[in-house]
Amino acid sequence: MSWAKKVLRVNLTEGRISDEPLNMEWAADYIGQRGLGTRYLVEETDPKCEPLGPDNKLIFATGPLTGTPVSTGGRYSVITKSPLTGAVACSNSGGFIGAELKSAGWDMIIVEGKAKSPVMLRIVNDQAELVPADDLWGKSVWEADKLIHEKYQDPQIRIAAVGRSAEAGCLYSAIINDLHRAAGRSGVGAVMASKNLKAVAVRGSRGVGNIKDPARFMQAVAEHKKVLADNAVTGQGLPALGTQVLMNVINEIGALPTNNMREVQFADANKISGEAMKEPRESDGKPNLTTNAACFGCTIACGRISTIDRTHFTIENKPQYWGNSGGLEYEAAWAMGADTGVGDLDAVTYANFVCNEDGMDPISFGATVAAAMELFEMGAITTKETGGMELKFGSAEALAWCADQVATGEGFGKDLGLGSKRLCEKYGHPELSMTVKGQEFPAYDPRGIQGMGLTYATSNRGACHLRSYTVASEVLGIPEKTDPLVTDGKAGLVKAFQDATAAVDSMGICVFTTFAWTLENMAPQLDAACDGDWSVERLAEAGERIWNLERDYNMKAGLTGADDNLPPRLLKEAAKTGPAKGKVNGLDEMLPEYYSLRGWTKDGQLTAKVREKFALPA
Amino acid sequence: MQRSLYIDPGKCTGCLQCEMACSFENEGVFNPAKSRIKVFTFHDEGRFVPYTCTQCDEAWCMAACPVDAITMNRDTGAMEVSDATCVGCKVCTIACPFGTVNYNQDSGKVIKCDLCGGDPACAKACPTEAITYVDADATGLDKMRAWAAKTDNAAAAASA
Repeated sequence: MSWAKKVLRVNLTEGRISDEPLNMEWAADYIGQRGLGTRYLVEETDPKCEPLGPDNKLIFATGPLTGTPVSTGGRYSVITKSPLTGAVACSNSGGFIGAELKSAGWDMIIVEGKAKSPVMLRIVNDQAELVPADDLWGKSVWEADKLIHEKYQDPQIRIAAVGRSAEAGCLYSAIINDLHRAAGRSGVGAVMASKNLKAVAVRGSRGVGNIKDPARFMQAVAEHKKVLADNAVTGQGLPALGTQVLMNVINEIGALPTNNMREVQFADANKISGEAMKEPRESDGKPNLTTNAACFGCTIACGRISTIDRTHFTIENKPQYWGNSGGLEYEAAWAMGADTGVGDLDAVTYANFVCNEDGMDPISFGATVAAAMELFEMGAITTKETGGMELKFGSAEALAWCADQVATGEGFGKDLGLGSKRLCEKYGHPELSMTVKGQEFPAYDPRGIQGMGLTYATSNRGACHLRSYTVASEVLGIPEKTDPLVTDGKAGLVKAFQDATAAVDSMGICVFTTFAWTLENMAPQLDAACDGDWSVERLAEAGERIWNLERDYNMKAGLTGADDNLPPRLLKEAAKTGPAKGKVNGLDEMLPEYYSLRGWTKDGQLTAKVREKFALPA
Repeated sequence: MQRSLYIDPGKCTGCLQCEMACSFENEGVFNPAKSRIKVFTFHDEGRFVPYTCTQCDEAWCMAACPVDAITMNRDTGAMEVSDATCVGCKVCTIACPFGTVNYNQDSGKVIKCDLCGGDPACAKACPTEAITYVDADATGLDKMRAWAAKTDNAAAAASA
C-alpha cells in the first residue's frame, strides 16, 4: 500500500473533526497528492464558488511515496480554488510536515467552511483537535512557529502557517511550513486565512510502513539514489549552487526577464547569482551562503541556508534577521532581483526572508513590484500613493520597503497585495501586467525559450514554470536538446512534460528529480511500494488524466481557451539583446497544434471522447 | 578489526535518510520518531548534526542496568540491549551521559544503536558521507588528512 488510506476531515464552521477511508478507486486513477487532491476538490466543491468564501475547500494532500526513503519523498500539495486566478490552485511544498502528516497516519486533510474566530489544527497521530488561536493571529509565521513550539514544549512538532500578509488578504500569500518551505503559488495562504485557520501543527510517530515488497523497494530506492548522485545536475550543480545555478546561464542565453520583462538580460545578474552567494563579503568575511540543506528524504539538497550582511541597511537595526534562514532560490532571486532591476544581494535576501516570515510568494511579489515600478516610472503611480517612497527600478530601498508593506498589509502594501493584474488594472494599464490567468510569470523569458510561452499560456494554474519545465530540454538538453528559439515540436514537448509532471507531483516526490529521473526510474520504486501494478504507461496515462481533470475544473469555473494567452509585450515587443534579439514568442504557431495533440476542440474545450477516455467525472 | 560510526556534521544536509534507514532496520517502518540516530537542526546557525551512541567501552548504561540486559557484542564492540531481559526500568536512560539510550513506549523496552550487527543502515543510507563506518582506531583519519593538506601549503604554493 504505502497510502495511509485515511483522510482527516475538518469542518471549521461546525468545529467538527472526522476521519474516513481514502477513496482507493480514485487513488488507482489519480495516484495521490496533486491528482487525488484535485479529484476530491472536483467532487466536493462548485468550480464557480467564491475562492475566499466558506464553500471553497482547502486540501492538504500527501502522495503514496511521502514519508518513505525514495529520494525527495517528503512532498505535499495544497489544492484549492485560487483567489488570484479563479482556476484550480495546486501548490507543492517540501520541508518536513508532509512526511510528519503521513507518519501521523493521514494521507490528506480536507478543510471545510470557516471558523468563527482564529483556530489552529493540532494533530498528534490519530488525535486531532481545533485549538483557539487568537494569540497567534496578527503574528508572523516565524513568531507563530515559536509560540506553538513553546506552548506544547515539543521541538519535534512540524508546523504550517499563514503570515500577516494572508490575514491582510494578499492574493499571492503562501502557506509556509518548517519556517522557510512554501506551498507558494496562487494564493493558497489567502484561502487558509479566509477560513480563520492560522496554523496546522503535526506530530506523527507511527511511521510509514506496509510496503508491498520491502526488499525490492529498498533495492530500488538505493539504486535510484545513486542515479541522482551520479547526475551532473542533481549530484553536483544543485547541491553546490542550488537552483541559483541558473542565474548566469539563463542571462547568457537572453531569457532573463528584466525590469518587468522589458529586457531579456540583466547587467547585474552576476551580483545576485549562486556564485555571488558564495563570495566572502567585506564586512565579516563570510559568504551569503552558509550551507546547503535538504527537505525530508532528499539526497539532492538544493536548499540554501543564508545570512544577510549585518551591516546592510535592511537589517542593521533588526537582530531578528541576523541568524541563518532559508536563502535565495533562482525564481525568488530573479523576481525580486532582475525583474525589479535590483542587483543588491543582501536586499534581495532580505526580501526573501520577509516573504518566508510573512508568507508571500516571492515570484508574484517580485513581479508585482516590478509592474509597480514601471507604473511609477510612467507616472501612473506617484509618491502620493506610496506615501513618499520612490518606486524606481533598481532601488534596493524600494524593494525592502515593498516587502515590509505587503508583509503587514499596510498602506500601499494593500495595492501591491492585489498582484500584478489587479494593480495594473487599477492604475489604468492592464497591458503592463506580466501574467497569465492573473498569475505572475516566473524566471524564463518566452522570447528566448519559445516552449515556455506555450507552457505559461496553457498552465492550469496560470503562469508557472513547474507545470512543464521545457527549459530542461531547450536549455539543458534533458532528456534531449531542442532549439530554444524555434517553435517547431514544442507543442508535443510541452504536452509530454505536462503529463509526466502531473504524475510526478502526485507521487509525493520532487520534480527536481526529473533532471536525472524519468518515469522509468519512478515506476519501479512506486510499484515496489504500492498496491497495484505501476508501469510507466500507467503513470503517463494518470498524468494526462490529471491534466484533463484540472482543465475541466477550470472550464467549469468559467475560464475559456481565450485565457490561454500571453501579455502583448511578449507577443509584439521583440527581445532587444542576446541570442533571442528580434524574437517575440510564437504562441500562435504552437497553440493550435497543442489543442490538437490534447484532443480538444479548436477553442480549447474538452471533447466527449477525451472525457470518456479518462473517465472524467461529469 | 572493530569499526566505529564516524560523524562529520559539516557534510550533513538534514535529509533524515539515516533516521528512516535506522527505524526501518529496527522497527520495520520508516519512522524518524523511532530512530536510534537523530539529526539535530540548529536553525539560526545553519547546522545539522547527526548524533547517536558512541558505544563506550565502560558503558554507563551497561553498569547501571539492574538485570544485565545490556552486554557488549565482542565482534562489533556495540552495547546491545536484550529485549528478552530488559524490564523497561529506564535506569540506563538516566545513566547515559549522552542521552542516546531511549525508552520505546510501544515495546516497553529501551532502544539504542547496536551498529546493526556490524553493518549500520544509517551509514549506508547517508547520501553525503556525513555518517561513515570506519576503523575504530582511526576515526580521526579524515580530519588529520584535511589538516595535513593545509600544513605548509604556503611553501607548496610558493614552489608551484
